[in-house]
Amino acid sequence: MIRTRIFAVILLILLAGLSYAVFASERLPDSRFAKFPFKLGLDLAGGTELTYRADVSEINPTDISGSMDSLRDVIERRVNVFGVSEPIVQVEETGAFAEGKEHRLIVGLPGVTDVDRAVAIIGKTPLLEFRLLKKDAEEKLQAILESENPVATEDLFTETGITGRLVERAQLEFDPTSGEPAVSLTFNSEGKELLKKVTKEHVNEILAIFLDGEAISMPYIRQEVGDGRAQISGNFTAVEARELVRNLNYGSLPVPVELIGTQTIGPSLGEAALVAGVRAGVWGFILVALFLILWYRLPGFVASVSLVMYIAISLAIFKLIPVTLTAAGLAGFILSIGMAVDANVLIFERLREELAKGKAVSEAMHEGFRRAWLSIRDSNISSLITALVLFWIGTSSVKGFALTFGIGVFVSMFTAITASRIFLYAISGGSGGSKAGKNVAGAEVGVFSRFLFSSGFHTGAAQNVAKK
Amino acid sequence: MFVINHRKIFFAITAILSVLCIAAFFVYGLNFGIDFTGGSVLEVSYSAPASASMSTPTTAATTRPAQELVKTNIDKLGLEEYSVRPSGENKFIVQTKSISPEEKNKILQALTVGSAVPKEERFNSIGPVVGAELKNKSFVAIAVAILGIVLFITFAFRKVSKPVSSWKYGAATIIALVHDILLSAGVFVVWSHFRGGDLDLLFVSALLAILGYSVHDTIVVFDRVRENLKLDHEKRERKEFETIVGQSITQTIGRSINTSLTIVLVLVALYFLGGESTRNFTFVLLVGVIAGTYSSIFLASPLLVFFEKLQKK
Repeated sequence: MIRTRIFAVILLILLAGLSYAVFASERLPDSRFAKFPFKLGLDLAGGTELTYRADVSEINPTDISGSMDSLRDVIERRVNVFGVSEPIVQVEETGAFAEGKEHRLIVGLPGVTDVDRAVAIIGKTPLLEFRLLKKDAEEKLQAILESENPVATEDLFTETGITGRLVERAQLEFDPTSGEPAVSLTFNSEGKELLKKVTKEHVNEILAIFLDGEAISMPYIRQEVGDGRAQISGNFTAVEARELVRNLNYGSLPVPVELIGTQTIGPSLGEAALVAGVRAGVWGFILVALFLILWYRLPGFVASVSLVMYIAISLAIFKLIPVTLTAAGLAGFILSIGMAVDANVLIFERLREELAKGKAVSEAMHEGFRRAWLSIRDSNISSLITALVLFWIGTSSVKGFALTFGIGVFVSMFTAITASRIFLYAISGGSGGSKAGKNVAGAEVGVFSRFLFSSGFHTGAAQNVAKK
Repeated sequence: MFVINHRKIFFAITAILSVLCIAAFFVYGLNFGIDFTGGSVLEVSYSAPASASMSTPTTAATTRPAQELVKTNIDKLGLEEYSVRPSGENKFIVQTKSISPEEKNKILQALTVGSAVPKEERFNSIGPVVGAELKNKSFVAIAVAILGIVLFITFAFRKVSKPVSSWKYGAATIIALVHDILLSAGVFVVWSHFRGGDLDLLFVSALLAILGYSVHDTIVVFDRVRENLKLDHEKRERKEFETIVGQSITQTIGRSINTSLTIVLVLVALYFLGGESTRNFTFVLLVGVIAGTYSSIFLASPLLVFFEKLQKK
């Protein structure tokens, strides 16, 4: 009895503390909790999401996941360099239900609502390639270079497999005699071998360096290159050379990508959705609490306190994991406020039945909790199955919904059963169903207590008398 | 029990409603959104600039140009298929096939009429391959969810084999489920025909949530049947199966109605106060929750009795 009450008080203090922490983390920027903000999805915060298809056809299947990882790293660095706060860069592999497996790159840029700029940030990354001039194409090349429009085309060259993917490090250098800028490249071990092989077999041929499909330098191979180093010099300015170095170090894409989807939400639209969602949540809670208190009286009030606890715990979890809140996720959470009380409703209906059978309040309560448990367990498992499937469908907005919905099921099991049981036992004065507690409750707490614990339009007291 | 005794009437009502919904699919068609077909949606808003009221006295509160004017501008771009519809007081929503950001900029220019400069609120573009894949995935997801739930129910009720074997509880749940999904989708198809809106990923999420809720609701009733069967066995009362089911419905109906009431309360709040992007989603959920409550009482449980009668014959 006393133990239950102590538990109840501790639980209330914890609840108050948690509510304060959640509140402080949002409204008090100086508090220690401020480092746990809600993570808002792009549809609430405003921003851009770009979906790219990665062309992995040229990559050895065993290297694909490695290449995709380095693609992600490269894009992440690139986005960071441009000062986008908290970008989300993800690699995704389409499942077995698509026609042919695809590898995708999803880039979320909060706050960036200018798609052109976003695409520029990601897309304008160079694809560096070393290509050999075809045997019979030297004259053609010569003709092109002497023509009005000296642009060497890719079809005159064959691929060597040496690309920016194999560059370990790029460095800006200046020619000591002419002072012209040059870019020196250091290849990784794979690139080193390949370069050695190619230069050995093709001495005195042209090995052109292509950047984004454009030849920027066409040096002759003078001798075998065994140390895995190469230098690109050509007619570029120091600024261009520096940019190339940065792009090679931070941005040369290991895998070519193609933009297949974009999504932009303006900041005002996002904020409106957020404000509306919060307002709906507050009103939803008020309506549910009112209903509970009016219909279930004292237990209803306890259930409302449990519901506050449910909301505080869920929000804290959203902050800690952190769960990216989208408009759908917010809706899922608000829906779960309605569903979270289901366990309470089940228990209270059971309690009412047991009271109607003439049982004492505390005994009826124990029966109510005990018997309702199986229903609660089974029905919640089925909700979890759906949440799992939803999570698996997996675009960001649906995932948000599944996650808030699934977390809601778990948290509501705790708050609606454990927390409200402790509160109710503490109030009614029954702990663990002991004989003494039952007798006390049965004898002393009379008509008024039965009224408080009953529900609906009847008083409970009348039934009590009738039974006797 | 009223519901059990008049189960044929309720079966008939359920059947009529379901047929009406299927008919709605054919009459109004399934209007898949760009999530599933691929395509682009551009939403722009116009705000009234301070000086605009003097130069263009014809426009009243907003500076949104006339729809026809915008249309002729976009026609010049030579897009294959597109639609422009006004939204709210000062917005346009342009829907096209999947376009690139450059093409989008051209549309933005076409939407600029005189001093009315559109502000881009939302741009969403999905390639056709992604769309087809999501559509596929959604169907598979619904199927997997249904299958998972049947297996779970068969397992949860494995000890209950008399007088109706446990998989029949699963079967009754599935029939109720299919009914709920049909009804939600059917009502939404009719609704969206008049109010606008299309079948998108959020719609599928709503269906899955309804699926979860419907089973949740049905299980509570079946669980009571399970308990009452056990009690009956212990007390050796040998009540008729339909009496037990009827009793179980009576005992759980208060809970069913109250739970759906709490959910309806939050959904109504969400519908009227929540964001515009989740409004259709909320509507589908609302229909689904009501259908789910109805089906667990008036369809799933009477079906159990029906199965038992079938077995006796």
